[in-house]
Amino acid sequence: MLLIPCPWCGKRPENEFRYAGQAHIARPADPASVGDEAWAIHLFLRDNPKGRHTERWRHIHGCGRFFNAVRDTVTDQFAGSYKSNEAPPA
Amino acid sequence: MPSPFSVLSLLSHATGRSWERQWRDAQPKPAYDTIIVGAGGHGLATAFYLAHEHGIRNVAVLDKGWLGGGNTGRNTTIIRSNYLQPESAALYEHALKLWETLSQDLNYNVMYSARGVLMLAHNHHDVQVFKRHVHANRLAGIDNEWLTAEEAKDFCPPLEIGGHTRFPVLGAALQRRGGVARHDAVAWAYARAASAMGVDIIQNCAVTGIYRGPDGAVMGVETERGPIAAGRIGVVAAGHTSVLMGMAGLRFPLESFPLQALVSEPVKPVMPCVVMSNTAHAYVSQSDKGELVIGAGTDAYTSYSQIGGLHVSSETLAAICELFPSFRRLRMLRNWGGVVDTTPDRSPIIGLTPIPGLFVNCGWGTGGFKATPGSGHIFAATIARGEPHPIAAPFSLDRFADGRLIDEAAAAAVAH
Repeated sequence: MLLIPCPWCGKRPENEFRYAGQAHIARPADPASVGDEAWAIHLFLRDNPKGRHTERWRHIHGCGRFFNAVRDTVTDQFAGSYKSNEAPPA
Repeated sequence: MPSPFSVLSLLSHATGRSWERQWRDAQPKPAYDTIIVGAGGHGLATAFYLAHEHGIRNVAVLDKGWLGGGNTGRNTTIIRSNYLQPESAALYEHALKLWETLSQDLNYNVMYSARGVLMLAHNHHDVQVFKRHVHANRLAGIDNEWLTAEEAKDFCPPLEIGGHTRFPVLGAALQRRGGVARHDAVAWAYARAASAMGVDIIQNCAVTGIYRGPDGAVMGVETERGPIAAGRIGVVAAGHTSVLMGMAGLRFPLESFPLQALVSEPVKPVMPCVVMSNTAHAYVSQSDKGELVIGAGTDAYTSYSQIGGLHVSSETLAAICELFPSFRRLRMLRNWGGVVDTTPDRSPIIGLTPIPGLFVNCGWGTGGFKATPGSGHIFAATIARGEPHPIAAPFSLDRFADGRLIDEAAAAAVAH
């Protein structure tokens, strides 16, 4: 079980959280002008990297808030977490 | 080339002749007609059918580890074809028909055992969904039948169906032709048959890059053991497909998750069939060695770690103990994880890519083993002809843009 660093509550066990997929995927600003290919990219294409991954979590059984985290997908070690409106750390 | 297996060869080997190696551990040549990346069941089956049905024998199957060491050797060996949508039913039924004669076709005992797959319904929603599956399957000519709870108990005596349990059994869908096979033997059988026809199986040879020519078409791969040229490349790399596609500059609608399985200590025969419970999230069968083979769920997050969280398998074991109280005192012998590549609609992607000469067979998610022969068969035809096999055509990458998704979230028994 992962120990996940919530930016508001600190490190808490994984079963207090819901995973919410890759972070920083923005819905197209003007959906009506976007074609099928761009919609497919927005809805379905994901980086799925082997290594550093920026991802969203929600502390559903805690503060209830969404936040972003950086995790290595090989070791599952978290490099840190940050608030949803912030840019990922370098 | 190894001699065929027969009663006579068994007798002669029983009197002291040692068994010869069943397939060549080949060294890479500078060039091949076709390279298959991934020496699991699907990749080896693809190479076998390329050689056997299409006469394409100058083929190399590359693997970063050892043959059958990925998800082929890590799954729970369940075979069934009771998927909901017509496209999937055609795909998995094609595979099931090949399973029925595979041992004879390959002259290798893959231990296919049609002992029946029982899928339990624990609530009203399950009942409705499974009955819909039963009807859809029967319309497609695929066997699947509805059993009452008492009939399910008759079919699988150790099952607890009483009304006071945490997961009461309201009925079950049974596919009698479903069952299990020996997963390692499937890889070995295809490797042996393909190798005998000239296919090179090259282990410990990770692909690190994909070469493309000025016209954009693939020219070969860079590997740990040097460059290898080929005009056609088929990627059958399961959880690592995104990594390989990234080498060719492509993003894919895939996410990789760890999926766990575990086995108990071996006991005498107690479990006559395969039982799956999507709601309680457990599935179990008994191997011929006597171990209970138990499948757990995926972790919530993407990972390449080949290890799942202990709480995931603990939840599965808790459910198994509720459904089979007689298993409560069994000890677990070992557990492990595999990295599965899941698609948004829980159906595989089989076919061409935007890059000429680059083919892909991926996205089998949590249920690829059952499709091994059919997957290899239609993927070989797709590579040989340069266009999708009719059964593979609906599973193209294009479906994510044109919206013709094949939603099997309910039939893929692992919730994720």
